[in-house]
Amino acid sequence: MNLAEDVQLISFGLLGVLMIAAALGVVLLDQIVYSAFLLGGVFLCMSGLYVLLNADFVAAAQILVYVGAVNVLILFAIMLVNKQETFKPVGNRWLRQGATALVCVGLFALLSTMVLATPWVVDTTVVLTSTVVQIGKHFFSDYLLPFELASVLLLMAMVGAIILARRDFIPEKMATDTQDALTLPERPRELTGTVSDR
Amino acid sequence: MQLQLEFFLLLAAALFCIGIYGLVTSRNVVRVLMSVELLLNAVNLNLMSFSNFLDPEGIKGQVFSIFVITVAAAEAAVGLAIILAIYRNRDTVDMEQFNLLKW
Repeated sequence: MNLAEDVQLISFGLLGVLMIAAALGVVLLDQIVYSAFLLGGVFLCMSGLYVLLNADFVAAAQILVYVGAVNVLILFAIMLVNKQETFKPVGNRWLRQGATALVCVGLFALLSTMVLATPWVVDTTVVLTSTVVQIGKHFFSDYLLPFELASVLLLMAMVGAIILARRDFIPEKMATDTQDALTLPERPRELTGTVSDR
Repeated sequence: MQLQLEFFLLLAAALFCIGIYGLVTSRNVVRVLMSVELLLNAVNLNLMSFSNFLDPEGIKGQVFSIFVITVAAAEAAVGLAIILAIYRNRDTVDMEQFNLLKW
């Protein structure tokens, strides 16, 4: 599936500019909700770039997993920790940001000189097999063990996330009896489950 | 003029640098996690472009990037759970306040 070259080039430019702009918005905007939606934009542009790289299956997986799952998860987290707080100013903040920006620009310069200086051996043979078949063959032959381990990893992450995010529930009767013994100092919350603004 | 490998690599490098800048300078915890996602995406773009330009027959880079996507999903879930727990504990989302392990 090769599009015409001009179409490829123009869509690459559009997607690249959109992606860099959205990534800058993710990092620099003040409102965290805007950042989350722009992160979805970054993921969408990324899947468009994958289509340009002849990888249709990974583009679909990118949209499903990142936009469908990770971005929604981040939005839920933003809603759950929704606290409008003005951060206390830290001394030398502009110095920190300037130093970080300097390091990042230096890293980009280093990477780009490396990219442009290396003589890449580009393989120009056009292969027109389906990527889904190819990836499936890889998954069930030479990458079988990592594939199975990934399922175990996902299960462990799911159980771990549930355990970490679970609200420790103190039974009401015991809590009224032995109030001091069971309440941690940072956790004086109602047992009804509503998050109160303390 | 055709699409070159260098274009994609430069784009991925720019995205990586933006992600590192956000990771270091942002004070909201959720934004730090988003910056980590940006970093993972930049690495994915590198893998995919190498897979397309240098190894178009056995597309091993795509397999690697699917594994990276899987691990990123798990990381996002666990990271957000940790953020929720620490938010309940400290009642703030400021990275500067999370200095319990500082000595």
